[in-house]
Amino acid sequence: MTTTTRAEVEARQGWRSWLGGFFSSSVGLKWLMALTGFGLLLYVLVHMIGNLKVFLGTDAAGEYHIDLYGEALRNLGGDLVPHESILWLFRIGLLALFGIHIYAAWVLTLRNRSARGKERYEHKRNYEAVNYANRTMRWGGVLVLLFVLFHIADLTVGWANPDFVEGAVHDNLVASLSQPIVAIFYLAAQVALAFHIYHGAWSLWQSLGIVNPRYKAFRRYFAVAFAATVFIGNTAIIVAVWSGYIS
Amino acid sequence: MESSIYALDAKIPDGPIQDQWDQHKFATPLVNPANKRKYDIIVIGTGLAGASAAASFGELGYNVKVFTYSDSPRRAHSIAAQGGINAAKNYPNDGDSIFRLFYDTVKGGDYRSRESNVYRLAQVANEIIDQTTAQGIPYAREYGGLLDNRSFGGAQVSRTFYARGQTGQQLLLGAYQALARQIDAGTVDYYNRSEMLEVVIKDDHAVGVIIRNLVSGEITSHSAHVVVLATGGYSNVFFLSTNAMACNGSAIWRAYRKGAFFANPAFTQIHPTCIPAADEHQSKLTLMSESLRNDGRIWVPITPGDNRPANDIPDEERDYYLERMYPAFGNLVPRDVASRAAMRMLDEDRGVGPLRNGVYLDFKSAIGRLGQAKIEERYGNLFEMYERITDENPYEVPMRIYPAPHYTMGGLWVDYNLMTTIPGLYAIGEANFSDHGANRLGASALMQGLADGYFVLPYTIGGYLVDYLNVPPVSTDDPVFVEARAAVEEQTNAFLAINGTQSVDHFHRQLGNVMIEHCGLARSREGLETAIDEIREIRTNFWKDLRVIGTSDSLNQSLERAGRVADFLELAELMCIDAMDREESCGGHFRLEHQTEDGEAKRDDVNYAYSAAWESMGSKNAPLLHKEFLEFEYVALSQRSYK
Amino acid sequence: MDLSLKIWRQARANEEGEFKTYQAKNVSPEASFLEMLDEVNEELNATGEDPIAFEHDCREGICGACGVMINGSPHGPQSGTATCQLHMRKFEDGDSITIEPWRATAFPVLKDLIVDRAPFDRIMEAGGYISVNTGAAPDANIIAVPKWSAESAMDAASCIGCAACVAACPNSAANLFTAAKTQHLNLLPQGKPERYLRAAAMVETMEQYFGSCTNYGECEKACPKNISIDFIAMMNKDYVRAQFFNMARQGQK
Repeated sequence: MTTTTRAEVEARQGWRSWLGGFFSSSVGLKWLMALTGFGLLLYVLVHMIGNLKVFLGTDAAGEYHIDLYGEALRNLGGDLVPHESILWLFRIGLLALFGIHIYAAWVLTLRNRSARGKERYEHKRNYEAVNYANRTMRWGGVLVLLFVLFHIADLTVGWANPDFVEGAVHDNLVASLSQPIVAIFYLAAQVALAFHIYHGAWSLWQSLGIVNPRYKAFRRYFAVAFAATVFIGNTAIIVAVWSGYIS
Repeated sequence: MESSIYALDAKIPDGPIQDQWDQHKFATPLVNPANKRKYDIIVIGTGLAGASAAASFGELGYNVKVFTYSDSPRRAHSIAAQGGINAAKNYPNDGDSIFRLFYDTVKGGDYRSRESNVYRLAQVANEIIDQTTAQGIPYAREYGGLLDNRSFGGAQVSRTFYARGQTGQQLLLGAYQALARQIDAGTVDYYNRSEMLEVVIKDDHAVGVIIRNLVSGEITSHSAHVVVLATGGYSNVFFLSTNAMACNGSAIWRAYRKGAFFANPAFTQIHPTCIPAADEHQSKLTLMSESLRNDGRIWVPITPGDNRPANDIPDEERDYYLERMYPAFGNLVPRDVASRAAMRMLDEDRGVGPLRNGVYLDFKSAIGRLGQAKIEERYGNLFEMYERITDENPYEVPMRIYPAPHYTMGGLWVDYNLMTTIPGLYAIGEANFSDHGANRLGASALMQGLADGYFVLPYTIGGYLVDYLNVPPVSTDDPVFVEARAAVEEQTNAFLAINGTQSVDHFHRQLGNVMIEHCGLARSREGLETAIDEIREIRTNFWKDLRVIGTSDSLNQSLERAGRVADFLELAELMCIDAMDREESCGGHFRLEHQTEDGEAKRDDVNYAYSAAWESMGSKNAPLLHKEFLEFEYVALSQRSYK
Repeated sequence: MDLSLKIWRQARANEEGEFKTYQAKNVSPEASFLEMLDEVNEELNATGEDPIAFEHDCREGICGACGVMINGSPHGPQSGTATCQLHMRKFEDGDSITIEPWRATAFPVLKDLIVDRAPFDRIMEAGGYISVNTGAAPDANIIAVPKWSAESAMDAASCIGCAACVAACPNSAANLFTAAKTQHLNLLPQGKPERYLRAAAMVETMEQYFGSCTNYGECEKACPKNISIDFIAMMNKDYVRAQFFNMARQGQK
């Protein structure tokens, strides 16, 4: 191995200065993880707010608010665009965010393994900063991914939900979450998600290089508030359905 | 003691001192830029002087090879300098000038340095500040963004530039960075974990070195047109000193054995503010910045043998002895004076601490006057360091301090061009003897190391090299290299072959005890004679009873140390011989026979205004003294007085 | 006090190593950790066993040569302290102490507790300097440096290169070291012209040897000079600007 000289950096032209250097570098990949992570955070928040409509019950016409919300999402753009097209654009975007996020995590994990080597410390490491949240980013992330796949199978396409009816969001939700085993899985996933966000929503500022002393402390508050909000909002729905408050 | 009839030629340029350096630079032949790559230069050591010299040579276009025994240039002990670096920028507008810096340095050195060298040092000091600032040294700043200065012992102006308490670290990193840039540029070949074990001489000229790789044990020959030694000082001859564990005198000692003259070996500096040893196993003494004396008051109990805790001793039973003896300068007397006074207190059995081996440095009145917050702001990191080492809180109980060997003003004799008496062999930084006389002022070591490396040697070396244009360096297959290599291999294996019972440290500690007792703060003819006998005995035992485990073809730290201690055992004797020769007291050299009625150093300018340069006559014979007589045209000789 | 030491012994770089247990008797609580090892070595020397090799030099916490893993903590249990400044009074009589070398692929063990930290020098050579030839500098006061920026640069520059950050990092990342080195210079006006080239070259050189930063913050806790991971964020920003926004070629901002 050698040094990357400054002449080499300078000699890079055009796209090469991007793909050649940046997106293969660990700092660049972490930057991508942070950006996609931020996008996913926004999605998680919006998703939760939308889902909280389940607490609104039905409107005057007896239609569930959350069903109307689902329909509105599918009908985004109204008659200007084909039905569900904007929603699909969002879905593709989301998929890309997930894909990049996971790809970067995968590459970096492999690099870190090899950088660490096979000799491990004999004595148990006396970690001072490492905590449950940042230590479980990888496996917690995998758990969140599995949950997302199940969640899609369960409530988006219905493969995992025998009572699934397209468009009947409220009924599907109740049918799914009134099974204790599913509710427990959902709850566990929320715990994993909260931990993932607790570290991720702080860490992304580091990776993006946003560290002005004026608002540095708020990065932690932001992460705690975000993780707590998402956790409380989502578990409220799960608990409400499981306990029969919503049926 | 025999001394040579001829005086040494220091090659001091003619003319008024202010113009000497400029004229010398003009008179020195230049090497054409295109020819520079035809010259090979070897630099040993990567401290301030070595790294700055190697980097500067690389920038000029020479082929440079640089060696360090450390794993990285950043470990060199220059890194531990705390206080700062002097320069006569006169930014504070307090009347400083190049001449004043020159004057203070000559006076501080107790008139045993060469005026022309010191003047040049004072001249280039300003350029050092410019250079290092441009390199990104984070010097302390005023709010206006300009450089801040503070004052230091021995000067009445503020001329010390500093980067917190880590000036040496920052300057070394700067020099290392400049070196790293040249390594990257390919002008400097860099060898770490490589110790120089011999200078190779052919036809009285230095032509290369023998290097041992400390990891593989491999011994290799390297040839060049010139060899530069930047290997620091030899305070570790005392075993307990503030120097890093690996600091040693081997490179300059081996050059001495090959014919380079060793000047003023007895001039060693004992720094007054170190933390006293806690037990007999102590390996190293830690220095506390001299700046502490700005606010701390030094005292011992009036009654000998008083072992009450410090805070139980009422003020009227304390002896603030520096304030009593030196009312004008008080606690801020120069290092040598403060150190000797502390020693006297211990001699009177008024030492403090569990081993009764220290004096108090008390901040109580400063805390009362300025508040703890202010003291914390000024010295917080030092107090923390003290507490970490001693487990005592200096905000509540006074610090204990004691003098410890710190710096060696002596070293290889060099002329104005920094060349030793072996043509082609240069010595820079602490390794040479040139600029500090008999006592070094605070914040002057960094200045000298960088002056030599950045601004002096890169100019003067050309004067030697021009004669060797298109002369290839001596081949490493030449018999002189083969022989030198064989000798080094033989010595390395000799240590392993003794197979006695005692470790290297055992002998080193013995040597240190002898040296600190007889050749430390105070010396006497009788004591020095005893010391020489004892040193010889330790040396004999060393070669009979040393035990070095392991092999020579792998990383072997005991083997490394054995070589260094073997050299210390010889160097120590030369120090004593020199101390004995100098029948006067000056600076760090205090002869009990030569003191005034109230115990101050008594210089003898009539008979001893010279630098003593010793020539090796072989290990069996006494060394030969050569005198470089010192002339003082610009600074009038006077007795230092701090009363 | 008496201690039981479990120490990694390895004769050469490419040989297998193993843990060996030694008893240290009558250790003075005033002794430093390294002096305690000195004593053990004296005894080993007397019994004919190869003394334990460990790196050390200044023994006052500034050269960065020393550094071992002590009971799972880099430089031992005291925070903001290099191994040489750690004193035995921090331990109890009868303690067992496990002493291991730094572990990372980039730092092969040379012998016992000594590892090769040469990649740090390679990172420095890639750009950890300001290109100014000797003699080319303007007057020191010609460029005013805001006091805060000098202080901040000094915070970064206090790095001693001991590599505890790498040893502490579960990913063996050297981001704290590299960040300290880049930001020391990038924060100063003198370092601005090369700011982005420096960030790009040093980061990419670092990545050839070390893992990536996952923002655990373990390095900051292990650092004997308490260097903040804020510098990592600053370095990330400089790298992104250098490469993604191509400022390395566009010059400074």
